[in-house]
Amino acid sequence: MADTHALEAHDGHGHAAAHDHGHPTGWRRYVYSTNHKDIGVMYLMFSIVAGVIGALLSGVMRLELMEPGIQIFHGLAGMVYGIDGDAALDAGKQMYNVFTTAHALVMVFFVVMPATMGGFANYFAPLMIGAPDTAFPRINNIAFWLLPFAFALLLMSLFFEGAPGVTGFGGGWTAYPPLSTAGHPGPAMDFAIFSLHIAGLSSILGSINLITTIFNMRAPGMTLHKMPLFPWSVLVTAFLLLLSLPVLAGAITMLLTDRNFGTTFFAPDGGGDPILYQHLFWFFGHPEVYIMILPGFGMVSHIISTFSRKPIFGYIAMVYAMVAIGGVGFIVWAHHMYTVGMSLDVQRYFVAATMVIAVPTGVKIFSWIATMWGGSISFRTPMLWAIGFIFLFTVGGVTGVVLANAGADRALHDTYYVVAHFHYVLSLGAVFSMFAAWYYWYPKMFGIMYSEKLANAHFWITFVGVNLIFFPQHFLGLAGMPRRYIDYPDAFALWNMVSSVGYYITFVGLVLFLYLLVEAAIKKRPTTANPWGDGATTLEWTLSSPPPFHQFETLPRIDAKSDH
Amino acid sequence: MAQEQPGHPVPGQIGLQPSVTPIMDSITAFHDGPLMITITAITVLVLVLLVIVIVRFNAKSNPTPSKTTHNTLIEIVWTVVPVLVLVIIAIPSFAVLTDQLTVPDGQRKYLGSNIFSLGNEEVPAPELTVKAIGQTWYWDYEYVDQGKTFTSSILNEEQRLAQKPNQPRLLAVDYELVVPVDTTVRLQVTADPVGVIHAFALPSFGIKIDAVPGKLNETWFNARKTGLYYGQCSELCGKDHAYMPIGIRVVSKEEFAAWMAAYQAGSLDDANATLPAIS
Repeated sequence: MADTHALEAHDGHGHAAAHDHGHPTGWRRYVYSTNHKDIGVMYLMFSIVAGVIGALLSGVMRLELMEPGIQIFHGLAGMVYGIDGDAALDAGKQMYNVFTTAHALVMVFFVVMPATMGGFANYFAPLMIGAPDTAFPRINNIAFWLLPFAFALLLMSLFFEGAPGVTGFGGGWTAYPPLSTAGHPGPAMDFAIFSLHIAGLSSILGSINLITTIFNMRAPGMTLHKMPLFPWSVLVTAFLLLLSLPVLAGAITMLLTDRNFGTTFFAPDGGGDPILYQHLFWFFGHPEVYIMILPGFGMVSHIISTFSRKPIFGYIAMVYAMVAIGGVGFIVWAHHMYTVGMSLDVQRYFVAATMVIAVPTGVKIFSWIATMWGGSISFRTPMLWAIGFIFLFTVGGVTGVVLANAGADRALHDTYYVVAHFHYVLSLGAVFSMFAAWYYWYPKMFGIMYSEKLANAHFWITFVGVNLIFFPQHFLGLAGMPRRYIDYPDAFALWNMVSSVGYYITFVGLVLFLYLLVEAAIKKRPTTANPWGDGATTLEWTLSSPPPFHQFETLPRIDAKSDH
Repeated sequence: MAQEQPGHPVPGQIGLQPSVTPIMDSITAFHDGPLMITITAITVLVLVLLVIVIVRFNAKSNPTPSKTTHNTLIEIVWTVVPVLVLVIIAIPSFAVLTDQLTVPDGQRKYLGSNIFSLGNEEVPAPELTVKAIGQTWYWDYEYVDQGKTFTSSILNEEQRLAQKPNQPRLLAVDYELVVPVDTTVRLQVTADPVGVIHAFALPSFGIKIDAVPGKLNETWFNARKTGLYYGQCSELCGKDHAYMPIGIRVVSKEEFAAWMAAYQAGSLDDANATLPAIS
């Protein structure tokens, strides 16, 4: 696919400057890249590889959870460590916790964030604002290349001792101490901490680049209020990253020093407090979930508008709804901590603040529907994913409203109800928006078209599969099944079986997706600058598919008519 | 949505476990009432709107798209109405929460199932204080005023089948926490000072509170039905996180008095011998 891209780029003289001053070829083109499009594609490829790994991890977990009792991890640990009997069983239990932890870290830091902010944001934000590239192309390069190193550190952590006698860190992606300090004396946790440091640095650098690009490099005439919604979503997300990641860095550095340099930030016997970590982590952790969804909001806006052949309804409200979600997202973090023993007044505050976020989010859902209302809708593949997103994100969002109420959360905290909620907004929200964007922008990025039959089959199979995985988990949570459990009381068997069957169906969808990529690369169906018609109105559709290596060497002028 | 059965989940369950305390009464009423109604209505509304849009405004049915991008009235409606809905949810929400976090003093009335009232249920002040200490990987229970402490551990399958075959797998314990019915129990929860965080949860009672090293958390419950009730550790604590259940046996006041007397005079086994055997 890289070679196809190179060929097409050289052919893509398009309407921009006629010459192509030499750019690196071969491996240098990618390792030394300062091109936002190449870097964007590298982020997307990386995200797909990490996504397969993350999905395999959860697949083994769902295989284990299909029936009560332990069927998989006993033997798996036995094989890995060359032990048997009770020792293998113990190692298997810890290994399950390691899988749980790795699944989340991979999906959050190496799939969703690289795809949305590294991939689509880098590729399309400059195009949509009429910029020739980002403000700091070399920062863009290092931001990408830090990620494979961060991922390697995380994968390495799986092979170093974590808890005594077992490898890997099994304390959840939240890494609460003392489990992540005294509870995991081996180096695995330190490798995981370094992995997060570097992934965090990558995101911070990328955010600096995107903020500067969006503030300073918009084409003449493009005021912020004329900027399309996707760059707006990227701008808000970049600020969230810039302000929240340093707090995560601080928190995990404090874990590192508690573990290795004798500090006692989180150790009660040194005067420290484990709850301090939770506040610091969630101060990052809550904005993080908005970081994962906001770019998706932007992408969905573009897709809904394109395939309804109608401008987005209520542009200004859509912009400021995202700003509000991002801003208020910084002051609600302790709704993840309702059971730690905080006072009544503190819990009341967080209930109220959290419920506030439902208002701008609702405005967006209704505005997308209003955009479609009166439109002339074609149900191409990207639109299927986008409409699926609107409905399924709503389901995930309303269970979030349930959990926001500390009184109800008392019964639901740390149960599968929470797991169901966040997978609906992530796997059925963020991931649906990522697939929507992939199918929307694929012809633009690669200059070829995929099989719509295969793509639609991917959608339907995935839609059925993920709903089967996660809807029954609401029942499990209400009935009292705790999360992060390798085994469960027999009464929970039915819905666990259904959920696991859902995984197998989803996995078929994933394999189909990978096949689709190969098939499209082989078939090389030609496509045009704008395969989607008059509904696609943003600047990337004025360029060739793929765009020239350097675009907008002469800046486009944005006229008054593009006022919202 | 809650069903009638003893304090553990039943196969195929889709709702909350049945309540035996005023707090779980209010959680259940709040969830099954205003919350479920609201979220179902919103979800159905969005689904219906999407179906209408798909049917009425697909390219065949509507070949010419409109250019409408504003409608001030509807934008006001879909901002104000959600605010009103949230306020309507917030009123019982705050009341339910306050009940949970206010230890009874004998005067204050509690909501129970009537979450839109100002509280009509009388709940007496605590008569018993129990401390639960999360250990790796089991619970220690201390009757604070009586100065008695014991360990409660999961029964493995062999033990469970031999001793308590009718109790659920992964929930059955060797020594349950014994408390009297219709008695407000103050529950203090902490963890081994050099251990990890755990959490004490009991779904039928509607309680869940973290067991944090170095911190003494407090909650309370008042169970109105005798029986056996189970919960499970609710904060990831290592390899046996799924293997440190909580078992509470609610007995009559007379049974409890005899049980405690026997415990103070002899051993825990002596005390349990005063109660009907659990099978």
